[in-house]
Amino acid sequence: MATGNGSGWQVRHWTHRFFTITTITTGAGAFALQNFQYAAPTTVDDAIQALSEHGEQAKMLAGGTDIIVQLREGMCEADAVIDIKRIEELMQLEYSSRVGLQLGAGVPCWKIYQHAELSVAYPALVDATRIIGGWQIQSRASVGGNLCNASPAADTIPTLIAHNAVCHIAGPQGRRSLPVEQFCAAPGRNILQPGEILVALTFPPPLPKASSAYERFIPRNEMDIAAAGAASWVQLDDTGERIVKARIALGAVAPTPIFAQEASSWLVGQPVNDETFVEAGEIAKKVASPIDDMRGTREYRVHLVGVLTKRTLAKATHRAQAE
Amino acid sequence: MSSPQHTNTPAQKHSSTRTLQHTTALQRGNEERFVTEKIHVSTTINGEAVEFLCDARQSLLELLRDGLSLTGCKEGCNNGNCGACTVMMNHLPVNSCCVLAVEAEDAEIETVEGIAAQGQLHPVQQCFLQGAALQCGICTPGFIVTVKALLEQNPHPTEQEIRFALAGNLCRCTGYDKIIRSVQAAAEILQEAKS
Ligand SMILES: Cc1cc2nc3c(=O)[nH]c(=O)nc-3n(C[C@H](O)[C@H](O)[C@H](O)COP(=O)(O)OP(=O)(O)OC[C@H]3O[C@@H](n4cnc5c(N)ncnc54)[C@H](O)[C@@H]3O)c2cc1C
Ligand code: FES
Ligand code: FES
Repeated sequence: MATGNGSGWQVRHWTHRFFTITTITTGAGAFALQNFQYAAPTTVDDAIQALSEHGEQAKMLAGGTDIIVQLREGMCEADAVIDIKRIEELMQLEYSSRVGLQLGAGVPCWKIYQHAELSVAYPALVDATRIIGGWQIQSRASVGGNLCNASPAADTIPTLIAHNAVCHIAGPQGRRSLPVEQFCAAPGRNILQPGEILVALTFPPPLPKASSAYERFIPRNEMDIAAAGAASWVQLDDTGERIVKARIALGAVAPTPIFAQEASSWLVGQPVNDETFVEAGEIAKKVASPIDDMRGTREYRVHLVGVLTKRTLAKATHRAQAE
Repeated sequence: MSSPQHTNTPAQKHSSTRTLQHTTALQRGNEERFVTEKIHVSTTINGEAVEFLCDARQSLLELLRDGLSLTGCKEGCNNGNCGACTVMMNHLPVNSCCVLAVEAEDAEIETVEGIAAQGQLHPVQQCFLQGAALQCGICTPGFIVTVKALLEQNPHPTEQEIRFALAGNLCRCTGYDKIIRSVQAAAEILQEAKS
């Protein structure tokens, strides 16, 4: 069991500077957080300013469900932690069927799945927010944090890609926007430049006869990291029998979540049936380049891509037909 | 959990005081001696206005247990997985090990200590006792907090809804069945009390 509190007491009696010494003498500091400065700016500009002052040593804090654990377990270090939850723009959730969804980077999962209209407009996103951790995690974990943390297995990222969401970034040089599929660079790394923060994600308005779904495979029933995940978005023609447009995205089977371009394009014009979904799954498998680990072998994960692509396409189609 | 070699540090002795003036005085004392940069936080805990000084690095769990002697919330994993540290923050269950104490500024915190009203156990607590929903008990406060929140939000949960809501609370002893049955029993009692 972690001795965080035990060493914490010791640390409290020392100044920040002496922390390392304390750790060595007690030998129990491994799971204590090192001290840092804390700021809770109320504007994007102040956050950028604070971030610029501390450089690489500043970490943003949204729900803290990744960053607090990483700091405690020594996976990263920070001189300053900048809490974004008092910045209004980052905590806003605005939706209209005409404009679409504007989702502040710090909005927690529960706000998304509690929003009745979003389950209809962006079902894949809602599917993902419901299964991130348990209730306690969903009370805090944000979609922006899930994206910025850039885990290959992050559950919301494939859904953001399938929904064609755009990242809005602010930094010392001003603002810029880019599609979500260009945001992650490597496991745990994103394309944010020093001083930049993610402000919001925007989603295009829902289209008629269109819907989406997300599924992941985990070795347990709840509270686990995906061995593979797939998000599918489809738009059907008026008859509901043919696919007009599709976007498939995959998680946990490459260094970053990926857009399955070929499978998505192939689906255009295809009839709605099991053969189509199976074939799309076969094509999607080609872009998967997973690793072997305790959650599954490479082969197993590639197989899962086929299964999850087929299932999410079927579910998305079913939902679109029910509209 | 505090490891034994630290139990006699001066701070721990003082920490048995729950009043905030004491904590503040203690921290002030520390400041003079050790020049730390403590942060002042005003919050509400179990309906009482509370102020404390803390380090930015301290978790809410650490602060509640060690600073305010609210030892009902437990440290199991200290990484968000077990739910033993569950408290309510602005009416939502959170893992207090994954919240910084400074984030409690202006928030409303409710801990398991606030659940038994005037010394009367809450129906959820009663049913856990009667249903033997605990063995070692370390997970119990976290379960009680989450279950109470669940039944307030959804007075008639199905078994699946109960299991889903409690996915973030781990128990190594009971095998969960007695917990689920106790939740169902509590839901019935709460329902009867209403009608
Ligand atoms: C028990 C447990 C279970 C979990 N289960 C799952 C799961 O099932 N699926 C899953 O995908 N994840 C899971 N996670 C991981 C985590 O909860 C999610 O990744 C969550 O969405 C992170 O959001 P957050 O708001 O807590 O991020 P934080 O921890 O606050 O931040 C995450 C990272 O993003 C950076 N960041 C945050 N906001 C911004 C911003 N606006 N601009 C720039 N950088 C920013 C932070 O500096 C940090 O590096 C789990 C975690 C735990 C502890
Ligand atoms: S101690 Fe906080 S979740 Fe386990
Ligand atoms: S009763 Fe021992 S962990 Fe639940």
